[in-house]
Amino acid sequence: MKLLEVKQVSKRFGGLVANQDVSFGVDTGQVVGLIGPNGAGKTTMFNCVAGYFAPTSGSILLGGRDIAGLPPEACARAGVARTFQIARTFTSMTACENVMTAAMLLQHNVAKARKTAMDWLVFAGLERFADRPAASMTISEQRRLAVARALATQPRILLMDEVMAGLNPSEVREAVDVVLKIRDKGIACLIVEHVLEGIMPIADKIVVLDRGVKIAEGTPQQVSNDAAVITAYLGD
Amino acid sequence: MSTMKQIIFAVAALAFALAVPAFTDASHLNMAILILMAAQVGVAWNIVGGYAGQVSLGHAAFYGLGAYASTLLLVKFGVNPWIGVLAGGLLAALLSLGFGWSCFRLKGHYFAMATIAVAELVQIFFTEWDYGGAAVGLYVPMDRQGWLWLNFATKLPYYWLALGLLLITLGVNWWIERSYLGYYFRAIKDEPDAARSIGVNIARYKQVALSVSAFLTAVGGSLYAQKELYIDPNSVLSTALSIKMALVSILGGVGTLFGPVVGAVVLTSIEELTRIAFGGTGRGTDVIIYASLIIVIAVFYPTGLLGWLRSFRERRLARGHASRQMALPAAAVQNAGKETV
Repeated sequence: MKLLEVKQVSKRFGGLVANQDVSFGVDTGQVVGLIGPNGAGKTTMFNCVAGYFAPTSGSILLGGRDIAGLPPEACARAGVARTFQIARTFTSMTACENVMTAAMLLQHNVAKARKTAMDWLVFAGLERFADRPAASMTISEQRRLAVARALATQPRILLMDEVMAGLNPSEVREAVDVVLKIRDKGIACLIVEHVLEGIMPIADKIVVLDRGVKIAEGTPQQVSNDAAVITAYLGD
Repeated sequence: MSTMKQIIFAVAALAFALAVPAFTDASHLNMAILILMAAQVGVAWNIVGGYAGQVSLGHAAFYGLGAYASTLLLVKFGVNPWIGVLAGGLLAALLSLGFGWSCFRLKGHYFAMATIAVAELVQIFFTEWDYGGAAVGLYVPMDRQGWLWLNFATKLPYYWLALGLLLITLGVNWWIERSYLGYYFRAIKDEPDAARSIGVNIARYKQVALSVSAFLTAVGGSLYAQKELYIDPNSVLSTALSIKMALVSILGGVGTLFGPVVGAVVLTSIEELTRIAFGGTGRGTDVIIYASLIIVIAVFYPTGLLGWLRSFRERRLARGHASRQMALPAAAVQNAGKETV
């Protein structure tokens, strides 16, 4: 079943066309990679789905409901969670409080939110940091904390913006494990990624953007043999 | 500070506050009242300026509105000040909607500048408004006294009123700090974009912080009017007053429950002692000390006096437990090993 349907979405900033008639879909529980060279419009597309940009035209359906143009907080309520390129953890809080704040989307009770938050910290392998300030954690730990925080809103789809960028190989493996665990929970993942070694083995589908348009869509094998994709990445 | 220590500190401070009238003369009691009133507006300011991180330099507008509302209602319509206090608070909360609507479009320094402008408009309005006493100001009549009319010939009842109001304001902050609102406010302060991503409507919650803060600030303004028995735009609506409210919090420690109380004790003491030492209005020496304090805090102790004390204690603890710290890396390695398996 189609969970997320992006239909003919265009986004223009004045004269600059960041996305042109992009369409793709994400099924329930699927891991989809959104890749492309620098300036391809991946992050713009991502921000349109998460509500940070309103598309100039086109529609974005989540479970059949059009969420295009809704503000981020409404998208979060509708079931879209996201992470950022830099973790953007709440640095005045402990790791547990970070996740608690997100869990409060569902119920405002602090004690219940703490319980939910601890479950998600265990899920992300961060329970030993529960009472430590988020600011004292490493980049890789903070990124996983941001994932735990996003999951605590109980999303139907999680958008991850370059979770693996700048990580060392063992940290990439940890990040990959987390993505697989999220999929096992039935939550779909849309991942913008530069690190292709990380995303290729775990994605059910890859969508390739170049200069604002979709140039390929398919399984990782199909996409990596696609002539247009090879040209976009390596040049003519 | 752990919760236990916080409670001990609070109980000790409360016991001290309850004992103050027993061993002070009238002039020192007046200073104690000024401290309590400065602390109360600082604590009220801290809700929006500290917890939610929206530094307002226009809070005098709410203070003045509270003072004018209760005084005008009393003078012109004979309305009981207890009702006037509530009316002033509600009016300020209402005004805060316009305040937020116009200023929250801006961030950081621009927000602070816009709040100065809005407060300045309110001050100009009251300076020109003849019915409201204009620049001459308003006197609170003393014909009806006692607790029913919040009007006393002696200072002591005002001390209890100021203490009671401070405790209520602290109670509100204590509740906010522990409820989801406290978490949302801190999230908005730390990372507004991330807060939105987890469903926090930041425009709405900034407004909640501002409205609660405005209500409590206005109540403080009404109390000022009842105590001083005279108000004019300069005494309850000036930008200097707005800055003082922010400064009390910043000096003590923004976003902490007791920070503004500590800040008010230090700041008001400096203000009053320089006046006593140099006569008159201190010939501006209090302002010199104010300014020096701001510079010292900004450069060396951006987390305020409480933050400085905390880091001081942490450093001492870290030295004391240096040997225990040595064992930590080994434990960390073990944990890391467990996780990859």
